Amino acid sequence: MKSNKPALMERASFKSIVSSLLAILMGLVVGFIIILIANPSDALQGLSILLTGGFREGLSSIGQVIYLAVPIMMTGLSVSFAYKCGEFNIGVPGQYLVGSFTAVFIALRATFIPDNLVWIFAILGAGVAGALWALIPGILKATRNVNVVISGIMCNYIGMLLVIQGIKATIYNSTGAESYAVPRARSIPGFGLNQIFGDRVNFGIIIAILLCVLAWFIMNKTTFGYELKACGFNKDAARYAGMNEKKCIVLALMISGFFAGVGGALTYLCGTGKTLPITETLPNEGWNGIPVALLGFSNPIGCIFAALFIGYINVGGNYMQALNIAIEVIDIIVAVIIYFASFTLFIKALLERYQRNKKRKAEMQNEGGKTE
Amino acid sequence: MSIVYFLFAQTLLFAIPLMIVALGGMFSERSGVVNLALEGIMIIGGFAGVFYLNYMQSNDILHGMPLLLTGLLISGVVGVLFSMLHAFAAIHLSADQTISGTALNMLAPALGIFIAKTVQDGMQNVSFTNEFRISEVPGLSSIPVLGDLFFKNCYFTTFLGIAILIISWYFLMKTKTGLRIRSCGENPQAADAAGISVYKIRYLGVGISGFLAGMGGLIYILPISTEFTCTVAGYGFLALAVLIFGNWAPLRIAGAAFFFGFMKTLSYTYNSVPLLAKMSLPDTTYKLIPYVATLILLAFTSKNSAAPRADGVPYDKSKR
Repeated sequence: MKSNKPALMERASFKSIVSSLLAILMGLVVGFIIILIANPSDALQGLSILLTGGFREGLSSIGQVIYLAVPIMMTGLSVSFAYKCGEFNIGVPGQYLVGSFTAVFIALRATFIPDNLVWIFAILGAGVAGALWALIPGILKATRNVNVVISGIMCNYIGMLLVIQGIKATIYNSTGAESYAVPRARSIPGFGLNQIFGDRVNFGIIIAILLCVLAWFIMNKTTFGYELKACGFNKDAARYAGMNEKKCIVLALMISGFFAGVGGALTYLCGTGKTLPITETLPNEGWNGIPVALLGFSNPIGCIFAALFIGYINVGGNYMQALNIAIEVIDIIVAVIIYFASFTLFIKALLERYQRNKKRKAEMQNEGGKTE
Repeated sequence: MSIVYFLFAQTLLFAIPLMIVALGGMFSERSGVVNLALEGIMIIGGFAGVFYLNYMQSNDILHGMPLLLTGLLISGVVGVLFSMLHAFAAIHLSADQTISGTALNMLAPALGIFIAKTVQDGMQNVSFTNEFRISEVPGLSSIPVLGDLFFKNCYFTTFLGIAILIISWYFLMKTKTGLRIRSCGENPQAADAAGISVYKIRYLGVGISGFLAGMGGLIYILPISTEFTCTVAGYGFLALAVLIFGNWAPLRIAGAAFFFGFMKTLSYTYNSVPLLAKMSLPDTTYKLIPYVATLILLAFTSKNSAAPRADGVPYDKSKR
């Protein structure tokens, strides 16, 4: 190689991608084995449905993939942003829920805002609500050294109970024991996307992708993002370099919470009649942000692809149920993928050793050639 | 007086499984491996145990105490096996422990439901008959006060939990192996130099956490339901919170678990506590009590919170 850039095989990003592809392959192999044990006669057909499901009914299937991907793209972005700043934000489900409630509340009750503009305010309000909810663990960590994992867990439950109370007090639809749905007229407009992919898809996916790109930009191209990362990497060194590490923790968590809150808004403002339940469970979309973030290597751009991938195989899994294969196999596959993704360090080391050996062998052969 | 007994019994139901699982997590973290997978291990252990109960009861093979004991053992062993996935990734492959823990949390309910659906022809819930409540322990129940507190309408698991607490404390604080576990979590390089196999000790730590968390899954579900839906309602995460709240030390963990259990009890039984019922606040306010109280207490007690120093750091020999 004459160019100054390292060869493709030696770049760090290449190694990351190889190890995540290996992880996905392992997930699919384990998934296939499980299907094979559960339903041997239809296993091959099941696998092919799983792999092609996202395109099975053309554009409308792709629309379904996007619909499933939007919420987890945002919660995944939320988890990965905090993770890059050194905090494991396990409070995402709560922030997502608080954001969802705020969005639905604004869309339904802020009747002084015209129909075609209300979605903007609802999304912004949801983001602010999520950020404020993340402020609690942030401040507790910065001022009182409270572990973010435990305060996040507590805030999840507190948020869940408050949202239930909020729904009951303001937007409660007693016939279905749930909140009212946001009507299509006050939802996020489609801007033509709905004509291509069906009614489930709207401008929300563009907002989600733009926010991922924005997060990537903040992280990698601004001084502010550099400070956040530095504080996450080594608090003491960051403080020595003159950064305010307490401010960094609070801001990182607030931005993370903002993304989670927006995720809630994008989910409930999509005009499909989705309603907030009043059951005492934390939303799956919130928890699923963790696998998305991990699969995307905590990289905002990686989250886009990871969310689309998880949406894609979930659509395939839905079709696969026709063969009497339980849809939980999808979660098993994703879990196995994440499990193998945690070996990244190990796989990278293996790749390096393999390349070093190959190089050494090549050098030895060259030397051998000279002496002859 | 009966209200005190009632509250105490309820507190035990919440606190005992929390304490057992948190003690499990303690062994893992004191040896230097963060165990975020407690929730998943509880689920898979509870699933295996309930599945076993279901099989034995519906085929009329085993009943009563022998069934309970073997069931607990099976839950524990399955928990150990499952936790080994985490141990292998964390110890041998220097994996990111948050990631592999999360993977197991996701895997456990999916695997449980998948197996249940496949074996039971699409049925997701596994049911069992609760035949384990002890209405009165002969002799002991006639002791004044204590008899009413502990030995009436109780579960064997309560005594098991207390035994586990005492053994855990003794094992971690007073034995050679316990000291080794603690040293591997504080300074594995020094432990290695002193001739201790860090890898083996960490496998032991994670293994104990798997056993206790797996058993905790079954202990959690026994008194509160007669069917298992592959969820433990976030108890594994709460146990993690109790572990941190208890500052990674056995007796403080027990205190934290009982504090949380008592708050939780108040929030669900406020109607039968005259003072609380009189205030007639909305339902939600009471339910918030345990979480808000924990947050406030944490704010005042976390300044000196000290996690094991090498917690979550993969051991790298070359850094010695």
